[in-house]
Amino acid sequence: MILPVILWTDALIFLLVAIVTVFALYARGKPHLRAPWRHVMCSRLGSPALVVLSAYVFIGLLDSLHYRPALENSDDSAQTHYAVEVLSVLDTLVGPLRTQTEKTYSAPFATHLYSRETVRHPDGSQTREYPRLEYGGRHLENPAADARADILQRSSVALMQALVASLAVLLLITLWQARRRRQVFTSTLQDILALRTTVPWLIFWITLSVLLLLTFLAINLSTVYHVFGTDKVGQDVFYQTLKSIRTGLIIGTLTTLVMLPFAIFLGILAGYARGWIDDVIQYIYTTLNSIPGVLLIAAAILMLQVYMANHPELFETTLERADIRLLFLCIILGITSWTGLCRLLRGEALKLREAEYIQAATAFGVRHSKIISRHILPNVMHIVLITVVLDFSGLVLAEAVLSYVGVGVDPTTNSWGNMINSARLEMAREPVVWWSLLSAFLFMFTLVLAANLFSDAVRDAFDPRLRQR
Amino acid sequence: MKQPLLKLDKLSVRIGTGPRAIRPVDDVSFTINKGETYALLGESGCGKSMTALSIMRLLPQPHGQISAGQISLEGTDLTALPEVEMRQVRGRRIAMIFQEPMTSLNPVLTIGNQIGEMLRQHQQVKGSQARNRVLELLDAVGIPDVRRRYSEYPHQLSGGMKQRVMIAIALAGEPDLLIADEPTTALDVTIQAQVLDLLRQLQRDTHMAILLITHDLGIVAGMADHVAVMYAGQLVEEASRDRFFADARHPYSQRLFESLPNIGKRDHALKTIPGFVPVLDRDFTGCHFAERCDQAWDYCRTQAPAWDITTDHHHVRCHLEDRNINPPARTVKEEAATPHAAVASETGTSLLSVRDLKVHFPIQKGVFKRTVGQVYAVDGVSLDIPAGHTQALVGESGCGKTTVGKGILQLIRPTAGSVQFDNSELTRLSGKRLRRRRTDFQFIFQDPYSSMNPRMRVGDIVEEGMIAQVIGNNRQERRARVNELFAQVGLSTEHASRYPHEFSGGQRQRICIARALAVNPRLIICDEPTSALDISVQAQILNLLKQLQNELGLSYLFITHNLSVVSYLADRVAVMYLGRIVEEGPVASVLENPLHPYTRALLSAVPQIEPDTQREIIRLEGDIPSPANPPGGCHFHPRCPSAMPGCRESYPAESGDAGHRVRCFLYN
Repeated sequence: MILPVILWTDALIFLLVAIVTVFALYARGKPHLRAPWRHVMCSRLGSPALVVLSAYVFIGLLDSLHYRPALENSDDSAQTHYAVEVLSVLDTLVGPLRTQTEKTYSAPFATHLYSRETVRHPDGSQTREYPRLEYGGRHLENPAADARADILQRSSVALMQALVASLAVLLLITLWQARRRRQVFTSTLQDILALRTTVPWLIFWITLSVLLLLTFLAINLSTVYHVFGTDKVGQDVFYQTLKSIRTGLIIGTLTTLVMLPFAIFLGILAGYARGWIDDVIQYIYTTLNSIPGVLLIAAAILMLQVYMANHPELFETTLERADIRLLFLCIILGITSWTGLCRLLRGEALKLREAEYIQAATAFGVRHSKIISRHILPNVMHIVLITVVLDFSGLVLAEAVLSYVGVGVDPTTNSWGNMINSARLEMAREPVVWWSLLSAFLFMFTLVLAANLFSDAVRDAFDPRLRQR
Repeated sequence: MKQPLLKLDKLSVRIGTGPRAIRPVDDVSFTINKGETYALLGESGCGKSMTALSIMRLLPQPHGQISAGQISLEGTDLTALPEVEMRQVRGRRIAMIFQEPMTSLNPVLTIGNQIGEMLRQHQQVKGSQARNRVLELLDAVGIPDVRRRYSEYPHQLSGGMKQRVMIAIALAGEPDLLIADEPTTALDVTIQAQVLDLLRQLQRDTHMAILLITHDLGIVAGMADHVAVMYAGQLVEEASRDRFFADARHPYSQRLFESLPNIGKRDHALKTIPGFVPVLDRDFTGCHFAERCDQAWDYCRTQAPAWDITTDHHHVRCHLEDRNINPPARTVKEEAATPHAAVASETGTSLLSVRDLKVHFPIQKGVFKRTVGQVYAVDGVSLDIPAGHTQALVGESGCGKTTVGKGILQLIRPTAGSVQFDNSELTRLSGKRLRRRRTDFQFIFQDPYSSMNPRMRVGDIVEEGMIAQVIGNNRQERRARVNELFAQVGLSTEHASRYPHEFSGGQRQRICIARALAVNPRLIICDEPTSALDISVQAQILNLLKQLQNELGLSYLFITHNLSVVSYLADRVAVMYLGRIVEEGPVASVLENPLHPYTRALLSAVPQIEPDTQREIIRLEGDIPSPANPPGGCHFHPRCPSAMPGCRESYPAESGDAGHRVRCFLYN
């Protein structure tokens, strides 16, 4: 038995997923909405970026399904007790990664700890040596001699598995395309391999194959080794990085969800109504913009911390506590970042209200609310979309910076910012502990790069000035 | 025979690759001799500008390329020249001026600087010598007060002045050939006349050749030595000007002449060319014009006519001209004459009565938005439109004619004055009562491209007004009405589920008309509905408007700058200058016997096709003053050829009989 736990951020994330799904279904029927997305799919950088992003989103969503496992009944009472610890589906899937904790630091693929310890032998003598890890390379008889061969062997198994899987994917894509285009299998395959298809399936497939390879490598190696080493308290760094994905995605997406209503409503209102309403809205965002963002965030987070410390009864588990802080960070980031989009939308609405089709609607006696919802809103959506996608990577980076400064997410939350923050001290150690920083950097870099490439493709597809070629 | 200056030999241009590549220029050959003006005439999308750009080797990169043919400039093949040498040709041997003078000048450099740059580039003149030469050039293109203008920026000049500066820049390299791509399309008629005069005079002085690209038959008649008509990437006819205007042979040229509106065609529907210029992204089998040609037969659709069918230097690309081919006997369809709507003139009561309408826009400055002045966009306009009549409102850009239209419709709230529509005062209505009333009067905008929401289906666009005005009880009824309207304006009903961008300009204007008709209006204000359209499409729309008036008894307020459209369509015409009506009367009376000096100048500035008409040409000096600061007394006195001392003192009162009013001291 399990008890499902729905954290605030989980609820919002699934709300966002629902919104995106509804929008996608709506856009299917509208050629003017479908066309730019096709353009994104057909772009040679956009489609692999989308594949990578989807992989991140998939992991993030798995990590957003939370539950509390039932405890073993010890006192025979009918009531089931649930563990204090909240787990996610991802935790269950990666099982051993979470539980196999070492004593302290160990390097990637290491079989021994990174620091020397005094070991007491059965015969009473003491030596200082690097002790064997509890889990990393446990199956090896003679780690010094066998480790390399074992890693190679496991890698080649992974390679074989990836090869099979990727060929299967290629087969599926080709069969599907052949059916759709009513072509013979071989000519479709040739078209795909020569990049003669409108959607670059070859690039799609290559990206997917690389992802598959990485996944199989992770599956084969991470169960018996710490592929990215362990941190100070012996936790697997690879596990931490995977858990950080959710934090990054939440900061990147929920913040925009928070700011969009402000930005869209106030921006369009200011541009459409003009006059004193415009003045008031302009003064509000000019004032808000003049307050240093970090200062505002720091103040808000510190206040929240005090509040949470005074009301411990509100939070059943530590994860809920951390979650509220994460949500609050999103809100405060959203409040400080809506002004840019608001300004853009105000300008666009100012321009659009003079457009002849708006005047034509006025001449028909159409009400203002109708004009805004039917004419202005659909014609500024491309700006909203481009801004949201462009802002995403910026926000992921902002989280890292804020956590580094100490006003970011809760220290118990796994996030790249926290990993980098702790790595700050580790870099000063001798010998240096570099793997935390490296793995956080690698994962964040891939996400931000994919997001940036994707946003470029989105902008190319939606910006009317770039489309006219 | 001496060598021609420029010779195009079977030039073809492709943009893009593959089977869907655009072929804007296809097998074009012509020659231009020194000192002559060669006009390239055609509708938009026919490849005129692409021909010019390929001569300059400025085709859009990297997609555009010359796929076949030669361009030789006094024997040098320009297509084979390396880019470095080509740079010496551009500006120095061939110069170009563009349609849009507003965007062809760099806004952050002074005029003198921009002309000087050309001098440094091509003449290696520097320092004070260059400055003197720039002043000379500015003087040559007729810019007054050259020393001050030298250090001014483009935004300080009017449109006509900017085009003069562009010409000065072109002249700086002392080119042998000047390519003028629609040089006056963006300008008003009086300014257009000034610029065309300037080009003629410069040609006399410098003996350069001009390749004039235009869609205006009137300009061709006044400027060209030779005329070539371009259609769908090909030349279809070429002849000397006199021969072309006396005896146009190609069906397309003939139709172009016939689709021009004028006063003599008032009682008939205009001859139109059905359809529109095809998209040039495919190979044609047969004649490019066959699908729109009323004389085409099967042979035209399968065999392309050759270019070298010549009689007396008169090229025609048409099978009808080939003596070896016998066309089938023609069945001539007579188009039904539509009686002019003025039959309704007995009704004396006016549907719309505008009295002393004023629309002023405050100029605000500073943090507290203090009003520091007023733009007198409309300053006391009075009009009466009886039911079923067409009132035209004529004037140059910036005179406030569109503002009058929007002021009447209460899209812009008038500052003062009254607008009586069917005995109810519109200026006092507001909110819901005004919205209900809007069903009676509609607006058709100038630009059919920007007047429809690009993200709505055209069926929904037409339906929107009906929903707002609660016409039709449910969706089925409204849909039925939309289909009815589509049929009425000549579109098929399946068009309703498409998006605006899938239509051509003419079709879009039809949709806009359908949209206006959807709420059963009694008055439609048409703001230059045909000025963004080609001649052949303009004729289609004018016919449609006239037919709808006859069927539905609509009244039109027709805002335009095109006097030939006025003469064809309107019953009465009002001429506006700087926010006021200077002359108003029946069309025949105003156009044939204009009283106000401004009306006379406007009429004489319109390029005429008949070159033999003896008419007095009045050239106005200068530009329209700003309506924020109109001249004292009669607004027109600074430009008026017959200004008297009294004109400076006060604005003239209205005079003339009730039928034909004028505001000028000459008639007081």
